[in-house]
Amino acid sequence: MLLLIDCTATDTSHPLDLSWLAHKHPDRAQDFTLSQGTARVFYPHCDAQRCTLALQVEVDPVALSRSSSHRGTTPLEPYVNDRPYVSSSMLSTAIAQVLGSALNGRCDKRPELVDRPLRLRAVLPVVPSRGGDSLVHKLFAPLGYTVRATRLSLDDRFTEWGDSPYFSLELSATITLRALLEHLYVLLPVLDDAQHYWVGEGEVDKLLRKGERWLADHPERALVAARFLKHQRALKDLALARLDEDGSPEPATEDDSEREVEQRWKRSEKSDRIPLDAQRREWVRDVLAAHGARRVVDLGCGEGKLVTYLAQHSQVAHITGVDVSPACLEIAQKRADKLGPSQRERVALIQGSLVYRDARLQGFDAATLIEVIEHVEPERLPWLEDAVFAVARAPLVLVSTPNREANAAMPGLSPGAMRHSDHRFEWDRATFRAWSDRVAKEHGYTVTFADVGESHPEYGPPTQSAIFTRGTAQRANANANEERAV
Amino acid sequence: MKITVTDPSLVLMIAPSGAGKSTFARAHFRPTEVLSSDAMRGWVSDDETNQEASADAFSVLNSIADKRLARGRLTVIDATNVQPESRKGLIALARKHHVHVSAIVLDVDVETCVERNKSRPDRSFGARVVRGQHERMRQSLRRLEDEGVRSVWRLEGVEAIAQAEVSRERLRCDLRHLAGPFDVIGDVHGCADELIELVESLGYEVDGTGLDAAVARHPEGRTLVFVGDLVDRGPRVADTLALVINSVERGSALCVQGNHEAKLRKKLAGRDVHVGHGLARTLEELEASSAAFRERVAKFIDGLASHYVLADGKLVVAHAGIRQEMQGRSSRAVRDFTLYGETRGETDEFGLPVRFDWAANYRGRALVAYGHTPVERAEFRNETICVDTGCVYGGSLTALRWPEREVRSIAARREYVPAHRPIAKSAPQPGEEPSLDASFRLDLTALIGGITAETEVLRRITVGAPLVASALEHSSRFCVDPRWLVYIPPTMSPVETSSVEGFLERPEQALDYYRKVGAAQVVLEEKHMGSRAIALVCRDEAAMQRRFGLANGHAGVIYTRNGRAFFRSRETEANLVTRARAAAERAGLFDALGTEWLLLDCELLPWSEKAKELLRAQYAPTGRAGITHLAAALSALDEALARGVDVRALRERTAARSSMLLDYVAAYRRYCWTVSGPEDLRLAPFHLLASEGAAHVERAHSWHLAQCDALCDADASLFSKTGRLTVELADAAQRDAAVQWWLDRTEAGAEGCVVKPETFIARGEKGPIQPALKVRGREYLRIIYGPEYTAPENLSRLRSRGTSAKRTLAMKEFALGVEGLRRLCRNEALARVHACVLATLALESEPTDPRL
Repeated sequence: MLLLIDCTATDTSHPLDLSWLAHKHPDRAQDFTLSQGTARVFYPHCDAQRCTLALQVEVDPVALSRSSSHRGTTPLEPYVNDRPYVSSSMLSTAIAQVLGSALNGRCDKRPELVDRPLRLRAVLPVVPSRGGDSLVHKLFAPLGYTVRATRLSLDDRFTEWGDSPYFSLELSATITLRALLEHLYVLLPVLDDAQHYWVGEGEVDKLLRKGERWLADHPERALVAARFLKHQRALKDLALARLDEDGSPEPATEDDSEREVEQRWKRSEKSDRIPLDAQRREWVRDVLAAHGARRVVDLGCGEGKLVTYLAQHSQVAHITGVDVSPACLEIAQKRADKLGPSQRERVALIQGSLVYRDARLQGFDAATLIEVIEHVEPERLPWLEDAVFAVARAPLVLVSTPNREANAAMPGLSPGAMRHSDHRFEWDRATFRAWSDRVAKEHGYTVTFADVGESHPEYGPPTQSAIFTRGTAQRANANANEERAV
Repeated sequence: MKITVTDPSLVLMIAPSGAGKSTFARAHFRPTEVLSSDAMRGWVSDDETNQEASADAFSVLNSIADKRLARGRLTVIDATNVQPESRKGLIALARKHHVHVSAIVLDVDVETCVERNKSRPDRSFGARVVRGQHERMRQSLRRLEDEGVRSVWRLEGVEAIAQAEVSRERLRCDLRHLAGPFDVIGDVHGCADELIELVESLGYEVDGTGLDAAVARHPEGRTLVFVGDLVDRGPRVADTLALVINSVERGSALCVQGNHEAKLRKKLAGRDVHVGHGLARTLEELEASSAAFRERVAKFIDGLASHYVLADGKLVVAHAGIRQEMQGRSSRAVRDFTLYGETRGETDEFGLPVRFDWAANYRGRALVAYGHTPVERAEFRNETICVDTGCVYGGSLTALRWPEREVRSIAARREYVPAHRPIAKSAPQPGEEPSLDASFRLDLTALIGGITAETEVLRRITVGAPLVASALEHSSRFCVDPRWLVYIPPTMSPVETSSVEGFLERPEQALDYYRKVGAAQVVLEEKHMGSRAIALVCRDEAAMQRRFGLANGHAGVIYTRNGRAFFRSRETEANLVTRARAAAERAGLFDALGTEWLLLDCELLPWSEKAKELLRAQYAPTGRAGITHLAAALSALDEALARGVDVRALRERTAARSSMLLDYVAAYRRYCWTVSGPEDLRLAPFHLLASEGAAHVERAHSWHLAQCDALCDADASLFSKTGRLTVELADAAQRDAAVQWWLDRTEAGAEGCVVKPETFIARGEKGPIQPALKVRGREYLRIIYGPEYTAPENLSRLRSRGTSAKRTLAMKEFALGVEGLRRLCRNEALARVHACVLATLALESEPTDPRL
């Protein structure tokens, strides 16, 4: 990574003021050892008109791969990555170590220079920006810089791959060197959004010290705090509270909303007051109660919301949650462990897969598949049908799935899109009914249908569901229907 | 007294406390065979005499007995067993596992027992308890047989107990010590002409004629095994019976009982049975023979076993088939099953009404040869084969040659009786048509606790539950249908690290490895830089449906090394599969191999097709960032140099780094090209893994490459040839040529090569050897070890890498892959193939160094 700082002569300043402030002799090259490699400071240009300081950091790629700081999104990411070459938090660390006195506003030999605005230009050849050039401008323009950000292409041989996430960046302003270094120190990691170091409360102090003179008034301060503190909400709130003494509530930052697309989506799913998933749980509870189901198995329990909900209703004597994902089950386990002991006793969680036959799923009064079938590849549904309706064969089976027609009434969902990235299909009402009817017929069940959530006059309910019954449950279902009719 | 116990069986010691049960058990049985209630009390409560712990102790004892009997282990219960209630559960357990129960009663004078208990400090209960036990033991003696105890051995007095001897005997069905080879003959039903023709065609000689005829011992020591139903319906019942009886007496044949023999025996014993037309014919013939012959027949039938377990448990012969848990066992249920097949009104382990197709659900390891229900053709199905091909109905008489697994048939000379129902095409599948054919069912309970697979390459491979758990999620959520997912390619180890300057890998290490393990010849195959792809290509939709139980509209599927569908777009897959099929037809592969499907191991090119995201998010950005940064640094350094600042060393380093980055970008670009449609994709096949009935794992790589070449010649626009070089390892000149071959190719941009022994499965002097080692090119490794890995200070640190864990993993995955292919080609149940696939996926989820 490379940082070039130009200082141009003005009426009130000399280019060499830069070298005094930097504490580096303009005719010599100096080495510094950093934890991730070495830094070198030298001056490519120095005359009466202009002085250019270069800070070049050579990162040791082998040492880097052996530290645990990489993001590790792909197996080879620790070995093949952009970190040695881009301006990131590692450059901030280098600035603090190599240009520490300038950053902290100390200049023993020429103290008067510290607060003197110079005509400065910072050049950074490769700056990663998660948020594009608009974010670059949003961060630097309010601080008085003229910003030139040029997007780098990815590979000229394969233009169809699109652009790279990098910009070559030039920032020009008449400003103190200390302010420029503070801005870079804080904002380069914010643009990159992938700090290489552990972030704890100490970073709150660093942020506030380096931002003391400018951050409180920066329009993007919430985003700056969130990203600088690696999205740790508690730290961000602490930093903002300390920045802002009257403690007025912060608006949601751009970043928060990026991360909370799903939350927002959930909010938009709400009808009036009760979220749709809560309505589904209530529906399940009511149907189970109407059938007097005591032993229930929740197939595809995910993180265990329905399981723990049902465990809190004494009508259910036992509930087993089954999911294929060990990670989900771990979360479900934590959720279950928070229940009271007599409720906890009613819960069992096991790993299972609905595309395999499993004798452990037998002997329950009811099985629930709530928003599950749409996560199974259509070609593998026959396996699920076999496992649930031929092998497990609970007298009562509840199935719910999104109604695709209702997507048209969902805000923020582009046409043709599905509600979740893992959905393999979303069915309209006719398809779901046809599937349910066939399954019921093949396996000796009768099926009735129910709407969950507020039904749209044209598109129908957001969630469609089927109640499969056989044997005594069949009669109970008939009774329940009669009661409802009465 | 000489006591004989059958092995396996359940032995109950019956005696009051102090009679010497434990001493007796210790003297006559292995410690692990004896389950002592006192020991169980100790285990659950730290106190062997703690009567309050009895319930828990017996619960543990029962569950151990359950597991032992399930495994067919002789089990001795060292408890008082003097009450009917305490015996009841144990006897039920024996019945569940189809083993006999015997009782050894130690009838010692009650005062002796009382005295012994007094002298033992750890026994706290009084004489009254012991007297009670003694009394109940006496009462028990009369009832034991009614309770289901088959033999009762009563030892009276201390002397008799001390002098008793215990010996073990095998069950009649247990002929595991006979190694074969065998020829299993289907239902004869009096078709003596065809029988003689068939056995002669198998190399046996028949001496004598009529009732004196006998099969002589086979010159190669083969043995005939009859599946029963020798009698009824056909033209020469008495001759058939005589031939078989004489041969069995001579030792050239074995025979199990069929339901027709069972019925005949009842009739001969004077019992009232319904005499249909078939039996009437038999009776007629027997009436015409002598009383002595009738006597012989009755004795012969009495001596017939329900089934035979042969050849170390690898082959089982039973008339109507036999479930796995009944093999080598003896009970009424076993006999009924072997005579009549699945009986009505039963429920299976899932509580469902049993469909009568036991073979579809068979998951045992032994091959079961059976008859009883005539089929048109004898076919392997889940390690079962029905050899009754309806000779008497005008079909044929069939022999299964084992271990060759060949089927030999002689056509019937005529239809002797009309069939009373149409003969099934292959094994019977009565009952309703299930949505998933039973042989394609997968049970989770067999997998969730971990997978153990017996493989021929590495023997037993065990994969633990946690690894299986993550593989299960992967396979359930992301893999193609398990019916198509029949093979996961094994991981491959690189060569050991080279010490040649500038190189991490060189071919010398691979050649050295194979020389050291004793291989004579290796083949270097060019390694195409694409993405591994397994292509299942079927001749047509019907063939795919028939063989794999599920068709997809284009009769083939292509999936990645992780079992995911290779393409999101069905059209792309359809296009490639269709072209591959056409090429295979043109090359004549389907006909030459007698198959309707081919399983190909390929590399799919370009790499950028599957790795597009990786390139966009990781490889290309790294290159762009590196080149841009270093160019800017160079120009700053040049400026500084121009004004006399001494940055020469840094400039040199920066220039070197800059050129490594350019090399890196050139390296990844070589494996990318723009794909605008399926016609831009290429397949480079290198193994023809399997086709109907044949896993090609014994073949030489030259054979595999020849088949692949035929495909390439048939469609050069789809298939790419694999460059190769055969090297005689003893020849130094050839070894040098191999190194040069690799250098030339990798310098020209090839990824590298794979060095393989001569054959797919290869064994060295000390057992199985690596099936392949990869030797990757210097430039290619930049996209693995990082753009700057060739800098001397980096390379020196990277050399310390260990390949042994990777090699162990590669060997295990290879063994599992081969085993899965074998099972697939033996037509075993999908569950048996899937176990290998899931085990491989599970091993792949173990973290390893991704650079190896």
